[in-house]
Amino acid sequence: MNILEFSVLVCFCSLLAGLVGALTGLGGGVVLVPLLSLLFKVDIRYAIGASLVSVIATSSGAAAAFVKEGFSNIRIGMFLEIATTLGALFGAFLATRVSTHAIAIVFGTVLLFSAYFSRRARSPQEQAAPPDMLAAKLRLNGSFPDGGGHRKYNVQRVPAGWSLMFGAGTLSGLLGIGSGAMKVLAMDQAMKIPFKVSTTTSNFMIGVTAAASAGVYLHRGYIDPGLAMPVVLGVLSGSLLGARILVRAHTKWLRLGFSLVIVLLAIEMLYNGISGRI
Amino acid sequence: MAGWGDEKIEIIVGNLLRAGVLLSAFVVIIGAGVYLARHGRSPMDFQVFRGEPADMRSLSGIVHAMLTMRGRGIIQFGLLLLIATPVARVAFSIFGFAKERDYMYVAFTTIVFLILLYSMFGTR
Repeated sequence: MNILEFSVLVCFCSLLAGLVGALTGLGGGVVLVPLLSLLFKVDIRYAIGASLVSVIATSSGAAAAFVKEGFSNIRIGMFLEIATTLGALFGAFLATRVSTHAIAIVFGTVLLFSAYFSRRARSPQEQAAPPDMLAAKLRLNGSFPDGGGHRKYNVQRVPAGWSLMFGAGTLSGLLGIGSGAMKVLAMDQAMKIPFKVSTTTSNFMIGVTAAASAGVYLHRGYIDPGLAMPVVLGVLSGSLLGARILVRAHTKWLRLGFSLVIVLLAIEMLYNGISGRI
Repeated sequence: MAGWGDEKIEIIVGNLLRAGVLLSAFVVIIGAGVYLARHGRSPMDFQVFRGEPADMRSLSGIVHAMLTMRGRGIIQFGLLLLIATPVARVAFSIFGFAKERDYMYVAFTTIVFLILLYSMFGTR
C-alpha cells in the first residue's frame, strides 16, 4: 500500500469513527487506536499519538456549542483539570516506559469497561443533596437551565472525584483517548453532578487533558505528521458532520452496534497484547 | 456566585477555539497537498516504530521545516496550532477569573496553565 492509498483509507475510517462517536455520544477516539493498530498494522505508539491530536480537535471544535447550552461548569472543569493534566503527564511518561503489550492489554480492558458503561442505564435524577463543606469552599456548586427555571445542584465527595479524575487523565495520557466515559463517571457517580452538566463539562476538559500529554508525545517523537494528518482531518469532519445530522431515532441501534464493535476490538486488543503481537 | 463566570467571554472564547481548529485544519490540508504530491507513491511504513526525527519534535525544527515548504513540516505546524487551542483557552480563563476577582480560581487555572507549559517546553 502506498502513502496516498493509505491516507485515503485511514481518513475514511477516521471519518466514520468520528461520525458514529458524535452520534452515539461515546466519542470516536476509543476505536481509533485499535482500528489503526489492528486493521492497518500501525505501531501502537504512532496510533496513540495521532489519536491524541484528533481528540483535541473534536473537543476544541465543539466547545462553542457546549458553552451556548449553558450546562457546563467551568469552575468544576478547571478545578478537576489540575487532576487530569497531572494524570495525563504521568500517563505520557508511563507510556514511554511500559511495553506495547502492556498498553494493548490495558487498552482492551478500558474498551470493555466503556462498552459496559455505555449500555448501563443512567442514574435517576436525585434531589439536590445537602451542601458539602469542601465543595462550598471551592465554589463548585452551581445551577443549570431546567424547563423554565434553573435547577441548583450540590457537588459531593470532592476528594474521590479528584482522584478518579487523576486516573482518567492517566488513561488519557497512556492510551491517547479522551477518557470521557471515566470523566463522566467521576462527576456523575462520585460527585453527584447532574448528568448533562457532567457530559458537557467533560467535553470541555478532554481537550485540555489531551494537550497535557500531547506535548510529551511530540517531544518523544510519537506524533507522525503523515499518520496524524488523515486521522485528524477524518475525525474532525466526521464529528462536525455528526453534530449536524441528528438521527435521534436510530441512536439506540447505533449505540448497540457501536458497543458490539467496541467489545470485538477489546477482545482483539487483549488477544494481541497477551500473545505479544502488539 | 457559582457555576458561570462571564458567559459572553466564554462564548467568544468558544468561537475563537473553533476558528483555531479550522485554521489548523486548513494548514494541515495545505501540508497534506504538498506531502501527498511528493510522497504519495512511496510505500507507507508506520508498522515499525522509529520515532520522529529531531526536526519534527521541536518548535524551531518544525517552523524551519515548514518555511522550507516541506509537507511534513507544514502538517506538523498545523498540529502544533491544534495542540495550542486548549492551552489558549486556559490562558483566557485566567483573565476571565481575574476580571471577576475570583483569585482562588485564578490560582487553580494558573496551575493548569503551568502544567501545560511544562508539557510543551519542559519535557525532553
